[in-house]
Amino acid sequence: MKIIKGIFASVIALLFMGINLFAEPAIIFDIGGKFDKSYNESAWNGAEKWKSETGGSYREIEIQSEAQREQALRRLAEAGSNPIVMTGFSFGSVLDNVAPDFPDTKFALIDFVVDQPNVKSIVFKEHEGSYLVGLIAGMTTTSDTVGFVGGMDIPLIRRFGCGYVQGVKAANPDINVIQNMTGNDPSAWNDPVKGGELTKAQIASGADVVYHAAGGTGVGVLQAAADGGILGIGVDANQNHLHPGSVLTSMLKRVDVAVYNSFTEGMDLQTGTVVILGLKEDGVGYAMDENNQDLISAEVLEMVEATKASIINGDIVVHDYTTDDSCPAS
Amino acid sequence: MDYLTIIQILDSMLRLSAPLIFACLAGLFSERSGIFDIGLEGKMLASAFFSAAVAAATGSVWLGLMAGLTASMILAAIHGFASITFQGNQLISGVAINFLASGMTALIGQNWFRLGGRTPSLSGDGRFLPIEFPFAESIGKIPFLGPIYSELLSGHTILVYVALLTVPLTWWLLFKTRFGLRLRAVGENPEAVDTGGVSVSFLRYRAVLICGLLCGLGGAYLATGMAAGFIRDMTAGKGFIALAALIFAKWRPAYALYACLLFGFLEAIAIRYQNITIEGVGTIPVQFMQALPYILTIVILAGLVGKAIPPKAGGEPYVKER
Repeated sequence: MKIIKGIFASVIALLFMGINLFAEPAIIFDIGGKFDKSYNESAWNGAEKWKSETGGSYREIEIQSEAQREQALRRLAEAGSNPIVMTGFSFGSVLDNVAPDFPDTKFALIDFVVDQPNVKSIVFKEHEGSYLVGLIAGMTTTSDTVGFVGGMDIPLIRRFGCGYVQGVKAANPDINVIQNMTGNDPSAWNDPVKGGELTKAQIASGADVVYHAAGGTGVGVLQAAADGGILGIGVDANQNHLHPGSVLTSMLKRVDVAVYNSFTEGMDLQTGTVVILGLKEDGVGYAMDENNQDLISAEVLEMVEATKASIINGDIVVHDYTTDDSCPAS
Repeated sequence: MDYLTIIQILDSMLRLSAPLIFACLAGLFSERSGIFDIGLEGKMLASAFFSAAVAAATGSVWLGLMAGLTASMILAAIHGFASITFQGNQLISGVAINFLASGMTALIGQNWFRLGGRTPSLSGDGRFLPIEFPFAESIGKIPFLGPIYSELLSGHTILVYVALLTVPLTWWLLFKTRFGLRLRAVGENPEAVDTGGVSVSFLRYRAVLICGLLCGLGGAYLATGMAAGFIRDMTAGKGFIALAALIFAKWRPAYALYACLLFGFLEAIAIRYQNITIEGVGTIPVQFMQALPYILTIVILAGLVGKAIPPKAGGEPYVKER
């Protein structure tokens, strides 16, 4: 019996050593889940791409509640996963506490800056991408009213909204933009029924293009837009295919690229740095494919491409809401 | 706020109230018969999932509805089995049903569709589409009264109308039929009913199954009428709000309708007016508007409703011989 126990113990020890020797990367998805057709799904696609290209494996956790954030993070770090990628600003404060406890583990955080030597922060210039889709919306609307539905009311989402409004106003300063937020807690990322109601309210107020930055809630926004015979604009991932012909375009935020790169760098991940991805770095953009090519005319496309070039070379500066918590356009 | 906006808010109120009405009346049947049911939420959730799943698989919303009703009634039967036949604690059984539904739907959903517990989006015949009343277009042009017909009454899914019709039907069933009289009696004084030679268990089982049926309608409406597909935990506390409405309504059908409409109205207001600016006061923050339905729930339940007396035998399993 003792011998068996001894063997058992050494096997366990070997297993743990094995994990430490061949560290797997790990990813934690935010509330909303990896199939939200939007933000988290984009991150998941990046991880899957890495998996199919390298043949490696990774660990993943989809958290279900706020309380699980720290738990999930510590569990993965203790199990030896390295690097650990987190999607979502909500991990910011948690990671700030946890990172010093695991100095040998490398963390990558998307959408928030955490100042720790073993954390790489990856943020996007969502306002630039939103500006472009706002421009498209402004040039497409015939009722001179467009809408925006945000998820949780946080500065990050205000940044989407602010960039969008600036783009709309660039097309025509007289266009009215209706802005709504879904809620104040993370459940706002996964409430399609409320997203649909907000969109119906905006349609009733005359909006004929509605842009959402609301994760899973956006599924309801795009559905209501398609049902109401108006155009929706997707976010994060390319959502043009969800309702072909009823989704004007999608604001692409290449979370998938960020995750893919972090996994690929693996142990060579440059931590203690902040990476900012904008139009220039192809971190954000807008989606064109066969589902929306009939919705956007050549002249609109030309205008958008010209604007994109101006933003990249600095002729147009899109105001970032988070720098001063205010928006020049509304 | 102009007239048309008010109509649109009321329109939204009807949409948002329908699941509450179903759940509230479901609870009414169950509690009037003496079976407390805090598993309304779980039954709605199970129905929402199975209706969306079957509708997605078969493309027929009616088959979906049948599946949803079946799932909800099976859970109701389990609750009845635990609390009537085995005389268990009704609250614990209800909590168990809520947990079971929440976990089971996500698990089965992930296993079937591999979409993280979500069902595919429904389209076409896979969901209940709005019904436009005849001549809605032309009647809508009549000033003042026209929009009430074309905007407010017309253009809902069939289940919204079913929900509204269920209210008088419930009243008739409870207060005008022999079954209703016995059902109310069994919730107040089951010994008397038993002495009268009527089976307490059979009556209570029927009440619990009606409760399951109505919860099933509410759940199916959420997934196939209001939204286009199921997502994890999509009932989002509606079953509990319905319970609050039931107490507010003092277990009476007509008041239940008013209570549910009130909650729906508050939700519609909160959705539509995120930032109200009042002259001299300033801007009311959006957080306050979103908390308003819940604040008012507390105010109403604590102060306005007066004494709410539940059915006397509620929560007590009936033991024939001691």
